[in-house]
Amino acid sequence: MADFTFDLVSPERRLAQMDATEVQIPGADGDMTAMAYHSPTITTLRPGILSVTHSGGVSEFVVSGGFAEITATGVSVLAEKAFLRSEAKQEHVDKLVSDATAAVDAAKQSGVDVDEAELALHHVSETVRTLLV
Amino acid sequence: MANLKVLKNRIASVKSTRKITKAMQMVAAAKLRRAQEAAEMSRPYTERFNSVMASLASSAGGEGSPKLLSGTGSDQTHLLIVMTAERGLCGGFNGNIAKKVKAQAADLLSEGHTIKILTVGKKGRDAMKRDLGEYFVGHVDLTEVKRVGYDNAQGIARDVLARFDAEEFDIATIFYARFENVVVQHSTAQQIIPFKALDGAKTDGTLYDYEPSEEAILTDLLPRAVATQIFAALLENGASEQGARMSAMDNATRNAGEMIDKLTIQYNRSRQAVITNELIEIISGAEAL
Repeated sequence: MADFTFDLVSPERRLAQMDATEVQIPGADGDMTAMAYHSPTITTLRPGILSVTHSGGVSEFVVSGGFAEITATGVSVLAEKAFLRSEAKQEHVDKLVSDATAAVDAAKQSGVDVDEAELALHHVSETVRTLLV
Repeated sequence: MANLKVLKNRIASVKSTRKITKAMQMVAAAKLRRAQEAAEMSRPYTERFNSVMASLASSAGGEGSPKLLSGTGSDQTHLLIVMTAERGLCGGFNGNIAKKVKAQAADLLSEGHTIKILTVGKKGRDAMKRDLGEYFVGHVDLTEVKRVGYDNAQGIARDVLARFDAEEFDIATIFYARFENVVVQHSTAQQIIPFKALDGAKTDGTLYDYEPSEEAILTDLLPRAVATQIFAALLENGASEQGARMSAMDNATRNAGEMIDKLTIQYNRSRQAVITNELIEIISGAEAL
């Protein structure tokens, strides 16, 4: 098996660093799955769930804001907010939702990027819905 | 006689000062460790971010690129973002940053530029109020913040970006102290708007595919780059502050110790002198009889 590493870092700490076989990324234009020998790609993230398949099973993370850098030998995800799905707490979710709502309000007030902010809020609520299942 | 009493009080007061400075030194040492850890934890993110930004900027920097990258086309108005501590008693830490800002401000003013100053941290504001008070446009208060988080950096970045969108300035520079070790902190000026790749940010020359598109990613990442750089600076500054306080308090403790030794010798000498004096009085009184 080719060496393929997965890296998830947020500004405040490194959340994960492991060998993986495939990584499913919530890209801004839709989900994509990266495996070894993927062509080098940089994509922005939409708020969503990122899942990593590795020898020990599947790990899922909730990520919001940031980008992923895919190379032939690994994926590094730089997310502004990220936490393990299994460790998701009410306060995390509340924060995601309140931040997105605040962004929409701010965008409406200034009149720029309203669509983008609303789209982000939509993605957040989709994510939250998935979390609840 | 009165002299002895004064000395005794003096010694007691210096001793209690030494206790305080010793305690402050130990608190600073503990905080320094935490601040350094926080700075280290953020390093992977910052480094990756900067290397991606550097490769993006080098390939996309041209006509029609976002203003955050290419600038407004003018360099008339400078925004100086000055990061200092919220508290004093940390040696030359706040003073050094303020000095650097004053020098830079004087240069810019003499070249005919306009300057605006945004202060983060109360002490720097106080230090510059007299000379540069008229240029202050805002202040970020972090007094209540126990541990600087990314949210704080985002807050500052949002404020700065709003000002940039309102065309309040053309170039933004942050001033902070880069942490080297406990004794050495470098006051640093770093330009954040327009974006400038840091020296040493490495690009490995990989050609990437971009999704959705290079421009879209750049527009998305540039504002984040501002926040990331501010966050990194805040953390460096936090570590520097504690390091500076630790060595300042170490010096203060040592000075207090020396002072106590000196005062104690002086006290003992004058006590001896008083005793000798009394003996002479008694003996000469006895001889006179």
